[in-house]
Amino acid sequence: MPANIWVLAEAWRGQISETTLEVLALGREVAGQLGAPLEAVLLGHNAKPLAASLGAADNVLYADHAALADLTPEAGAAALVQLIKERQPQAVLVPSTNLSMDIGALAAAQLQAAFVGGCKDLKADAGTLVAQCVVYGGKLEAAVAATTTPALFGVLPGSRPADAGRSGNVPAVADVAVTLPEAKVKFNRYLEPDAGDVDITQQDVLVAVGRGIQTKDNMELAESLAAALGGAVCGSRPVIDQGWLALSRQVGKSGMQVKPKLYIMLGISGAPEHVEGIKGAQLIVAVNTDATAPVFNVAHYGVVGDALEIAPALTDAVKAKKG
Amino acid sequence: MSEPAVLTEQSACELTLDNLWQTSEGQRVLSCMQCGMCAGTCPYGDVMDYPPRRIIGMLREGQLEEVLKSQSLLNCVACYACMAKCPRGIRLTEVLLPLVKEQTFAQLPEVPAELQKALQNTLRYGNPMGESPRKRIEWIKTAGVPIRIFQQDPRPADVLWFVECYTSYHPRGQDNSRATARLFHALGIDFAILGNEEKCAGECARLLGEAGLFDTLTDYNKVLLQKYRFNRIVTSGAHAYDAFKYQYAPQGFDYEVHHTTPFLFRHLDKLKPKLTKKLNYTVTYHDSCCLGRHNGFYDEPRALLQAIPGVKLVEMTHNRINAICCGGGGGGMWLDTYYKAKGYERLSERRIQEAIATGADVLAVSCPYEVSRFEDALKVFGADKRMKVRDIVELLAESMEA
Amino acid sequence: MNILVLLKMVPDVVEELEVGPDGKSLDTSFLRTILNERDDHALEQALLLKDRLGGKITVLALDAPDMDDVLFTALAKGADRAVKITGAPEGLTTHGAARLCAQAIAGGPGLLPADLVLTGVQALDDLDGLAAPLLAQQLGFAYVGVVTGVTADGPNATVIKEYAGGVRGEFAVRLPAVLGVQAAEKPPRYVPVAKVRAVMKAQKIETVPAPAEAGAALVEVRQMAKPVVSSHAEMLEGSPEEIAGKLCELLAKRGLL
Repeated sequence: MPANIWVLAEAWRGQISETTLEVLALGREVAGQLGAPLEAVLLGHNAKPLAASLGAADNVLYADHAALADLTPEAGAAALVQLIKERQPQAVLVPSTNLSMDIGALAAAQLQAAFVGGCKDLKADAGTLVAQCVVYGGKLEAAVAATTTPALFGVLPGSRPADAGRSGNVPAVADVAVTLPEAKVKFNRYLEPDAGDVDITQQDVLVAVGRGIQTKDNMELAESLAAALGGAVCGSRPVIDQGWLALSRQVGKSGMQVKPKLYIMLGISGAPEHVEGIKGAQLIVAVNTDATAPVFNVAHYGVVGDALEIAPALTDAVKAKKG
Repeated sequence: MSEPAVLTEQSACELTLDNLWQTSEGQRVLSCMQCGMCAGTCPYGDVMDYPPRRIIGMLREGQLEEVLKSQSLLNCVACYACMAKCPRGIRLTEVLLPLVKEQTFAQLPEVPAELQKALQNTLRYGNPMGESPRKRIEWIKTAGVPIRIFQQDPRPADVLWFVECYTSYHPRGQDNSRATARLFHALGIDFAILGNEEKCAGECARLLGEAGLFDTLTDYNKVLLQKYRFNRIVTSGAHAYDAFKYQYAPQGFDYEVHHTTPFLFRHLDKLKPKLTKKLNYTVTYHDSCCLGRHNGFYDEPRALLQAIPGVKLVEMTHNRINAICCGGGGGGMWLDTYYKAKGYERLSERRIQEAIATGADVLAVSCPYEVSRFEDALKVFGADKRMKVRDIVELLAESMEA
Repeated sequence: MNILVLLKMVPDVVEELEVGPDGKSLDTSFLRTILNERDDHALEQALLLKDRLGGKITVLALDAPDMDDVLFTALAKGADRAVKITGAPEGLTTHGAARLCAQAIAGGPGLLPADLVLTGVQALDDLDGLAAPLLAQQLGFAYVGVVTGVTADGPNATVIKEYAGGVRGEFAVRLPAVLGVQAAEKPPRYVPVAKVRAVMKAQKIETVPAPAEAGAALVEVRQMAKPVVSSHAEMLEGSPEEIAGKLCELLAKRGLL
């Protein structure tokens, strides 16, 4: 029997993440292709009940340690490395999130194993796992095989529907012991984002701005459009970094996951870090001056043009239509 | 007093704040009588802590530090109003202010983000928009007439047409270039362009105090210009015109240089019979700062406009030497957000009100910055259906359509 | 405070990226490279720390086209020393390059002891690992990634790490540490070109030869291509007004207006 496929589950602040379920779905497929067992690894403290959600796996390895609550990358990596060395899986699928990417990459470094990041898909090819990786901000993709066993794969959110990783199965849960070295990094506290006036995760209509909006001044164009459509403005990372929008308006990897009925993207290139925040958007319209921008692979409707011209024209048209 | 200042001596590139007093420009600065013509005519004079008059006063007293710490000079849009009016002929806009701005820049705790981006893009991509150099000639695909590129066909040409950045990349600038190409073609001009090798002439960077960026671009352009043979440079960029005429010439790169507007005026005899379509526009002409105040080309643009059948010219309140700058020069193009945050009126909005007041159908311009700035300003006043903005070359080309 | 900043160049995506004739690497004919954006933030964070706490910054990089400009720019911004590692094999992956840089740091001229090693948390062209954890593991330093804020106080640093949903975590880190920077506390600063040109004349970039052994590539790229998309947006054409009209129709049909 080929060695196991593992999924590193994310239990954060008392919850299993949606991305974990997506990666379980992918892991299930891959394990099936290889004829290998699928195990979920859950690291935490007093978190065993969460293992019940991981039924898509054949069984769960649960490691409990005080240092694994609000875990640091070091604690997570140390635990994972121990388990990998003891149990020798052939591959570990790690959610490519801010939380787990750190753990996966550090564990890989300690094992001298490959950490293949940016995987949007993974499949077995004659017994070898080949990942489809997003590179250069999404402008190209690469089919990549790891040359180490084990290999760790950073799986981007959205690889599979989360529902495909939900299961009514109650998995067998094995307690596994880990000893962790003295911590060089200690968790202090969480810093919550300012409440902000608007919860973008609850909005039906969002107008998202990216670098293409160019200046803080031009934000007005987005505000006007959002107001005309009865929605709110949000943004990709560069706009937040510049301070033009509050952190609570950020969509993407470090920000919010949004599920609006309408998502209008102005001057956003469509790099994975942002796109992963809009998997639930029902209708996506993108405006970008670059015809080859990856955003047009994600949007339902696209305009190659200047957001600074399209947005006001659309605002006028919407107002006229609404009367 | 109203003569445009003409370069007769040291080029701006040779002067520094340290060696200033040993130069003839420095002598003129010393002769300043603090009359206040500069401050009085400056469009942003009322919001500057240190308008030009005070800068000179403090410079002479050796108290420049205070001036440098204030961010006043970021409000200067290099419109040449002060320099054109100075009774002593001090080359304020062209020489003194950039020197002071350069030091201001070096001390700025934070460069406004939009401006920073524009400068970094210019250094890296040769244009402030940050577009790939390989896209600089996209516009020629739809020009409708053949356009020779030196890199592909290095035979000598009579005219090197230096297209410039906005006229290559910005959609409205591309309209300008296509019109110019058609006019050149109709006039039988033997021209070629530098194509993707062309980079910004950098004059606006120089005017705002980024002398280092200007020097880097000049180093590049000097090598490039020597690769090809041509008799004269014609440029669509009013600022590029100034760069070639006043900065490159004293460094030994002394080409006959024209801006497209006066150049077309010289060909008016040949052009006029081709202007067959009657346009029936009332047109008001906005004197651009470089062409007008700096170089004295007030009559040529008007003559071109009046050569178009059906065009009736009306003047704005402030015209010719008194024209109000669109606010785009000297970095102003990338400081709108900064000005807005400080509560200043945009100069383009101030000016557009005068244009609208003339009741004209068309606001005619001759500098690429002006088109987008005035079109935006028209929208602010809800007048974009009443009045359109057109470069002179666009109007000429329109009249040339059969 | 002794800070090392590791920089690297990545393909500039402003240019069109084409796949080369071998079908698995970039066509280099029109390729331009640019400083990895996250590394630019790492440098800015180092400069902010130096502004606040004093100390010394050394920027370090593998030799690459246009690397010198970047190193001189870093010096002009306020870095104290620039060290370039020369003679490394071509085509190193992230893993290979990081292992090599770690050895160069360990064996290099006065680079250690360092309090902090800052580098971007990731780069556009990472395929087989992330540089920061690789460095941390090799040097035996503490590690935190996705960092958006750092302050230091004696033997410890307080580090802010980003999670999702705008939530951040605050950690106490025992120095020395490697930090994978996501974003500096302020956007990277501007430095006048004249200052960079002056630095090019006045200062030198030190060079060190690459250690003999580079890390291997831990992956094999089988193919590289433009994304195959199961769907592409339906593109709307026309003037802004025409496009706006079409969009309104669409939205109205779906009851979104």
